[in-house]
Amino acid sequence: MNNIDLTGIRESNNEKLQEVIKESGGVRPEDCYQCGKCSAGCPAVFGMDNTPRQIMRFLQLSMVDEALKSNTIWMCAGCQTCTVRCPKEVDIARVMESLRVLAREKGYITEKSINLFHELFLKSVESTGRVYEMGLILGANIIGMKPLKDAEFGLPMISRGKLAIIPHRIKDNGEVKRIFENVRKRGAKV
Amino acid sequence: MKYAYFPGCSLSSTGIEYDLSTRETARVLGIDLWEIPEWNCCGASSGHLTDHLLSLALPARNMAIAEEAGLDVAIPCAACYARSKATELAVSNSAEMKQEIEEVIERKYEGKSKARALLDIIANDIQSEDVKNNVQKELKGIKAACYYGCLLVRPLAVGFDDPEDPQSMDNLVKSLGGETVDWAYKTECCGASCPTTMPETGKKMLERIFKSAKDAGANCLVTACPMCLNNLDMRQGQVEKAYSEKYDMPVFYFTELTGLAFGVEPTKLGLNKHFVDAMGLVNEVLKADGGRETA
Ligand code: SF4
Ligand code: SF4
Ligand code: SF4
Ligand code: SF4
Repeated sequence: MNNIDLTGIRESNNEKLQEVIKESGGVRPEDCYQCGKCSAGCPAVFGMDNTPRQIMRFLQLSMVDEALKSNTIWMCAGCQTCTVRCPKEVDIARVMESLRVLAREKGYITEKSINLFHELFLKSVESTGRVYEMGLILGANIIGMKPLKDAEFGLPMISRGKLAIIPHRIKDNGEVKRIFENVRKRGAKV
Repeated sequence: MKYAYFPGCSLSSTGIEYDLSTRETARVLGIDLWEIPEWNCCGASSGHLTDHLLSLALPARNMAIAEEAGLDVAIPCAACYARSKATELAVSNSAEMKQEIEEVIERKYEGKSKARALLDIIANDIQSEDVKNNVQKELKGIKAACYYGCLLVRPLAVGFDDPEDPQSMDNLVKSLGGETVDWAYKTECCGASCPTTMPETGKKMLERIFKSAKDAGANCLVTACPMCLNNLDMRQGQVEKAYSEKYDMPVFYFTELTGLAFGVEPTKLGLNKHFVDAMGLVNEVLKADGGRETA
């Protein structure tokens, strides 16, 4: 393993770190004392290349790119277990959320299919006001180049009356579309 | 007792049994549900994982409509509840946020209308005596592993029960005459959207939940979340195949069990719509103690 020049990294990355802190509403990475309780309870940790504790360590060392490029932030299910259990009251789930937002902005999307799922979901909300689940499941799989991974469930779902064939469009006089427009005006990347 | 009702997208499709059984259970308990007209999706985890303001603004529109009608909102779906509660709290805790959200949704919302989880209303507001008085068929033979998932009880400010060992659903099932088991995975996350997008990770998360419930002696799982239910019900077969195990674990909404105990006909509750057969266990319950006819 190569030696890492920490002092240099800290200084050159300070700006990026401040972005993460701002996005997360003021989380203090230095509060974390690296006990690992967050990682021990994380239900998705076995699919992550870095544990939640390691992500916090990256931030302490201002190694922001390492955190942004980790698949960890995409595997995170947002379940809040880490946040509730952290003895130092670090809101790790919020850190993960913030890192995802910044990673999208910078184009570091290591788990494309997960990002795609969220994009399709929101596209459906924007255009119809609701989620058209069948379209969503099939869409995510086709564009993600895993054709019809869940198609085995499609027909049984329809026969149980569980999937609408036609998306339902709400009559909201365009209110939901304007919500999307208004958050975009305020800088949201959706 | 009257509430604005926010069913959420899942309840009109993959979670249709939750909607059917919610309406039946509310009817028996005398809870008046007024469906929010032209409600929109709360954005679920996709809104939350994409943009903070959007994730607060989408539920805010529904809450604003309820506030105009002067009602608190009853929300069955755990994800909708978590997102709507987060909005209510953000608006109540910060005048700046309230203003920003009102500008984005182009409506007034002052945080007066509260987001309430349907489970919280039925298990905690309604006296267990009132629940018991409506029981026509005790849930004999039900050994439930109550599965709260992650969003009902976390984070603390949002949850209405202990985040590590919640009891609301357990107490409700006991009031209905069923048994519940103590188990370690009642608030473990089941993977949210991961199973659709990352099949291997999702399967492993589910496997631990089934195994832990089975080892604790449960014969079914009970949930308060349409996404949990679909994950646990629809993918159980896949997980059984992948791990060469047999769980045979029907998955119920707590409202289905409540309706069943209240004597509502199983098909009216959607109990015949599950992937893992639930009717076998339902019929055993109905047959126990001399097999009273369902009304
Ligand atoms: S639980 Fe908190 S203090 Fe412990 S490692 Fe995780 S973030 Fe750090
Ligand atoms: S919120 Fe994310 S990081 Fe935290 S425990 Fe849940 S999955 Fe793991
Ligand atoms: S969380 Fe699910 S059910 Fe709730 S509104 Fe959103 S997509 Fe629909
Ligand atoms: S347990 Fe699963 S589906 Fe239920 S709320 Fe958590 S992630 Fe969502």
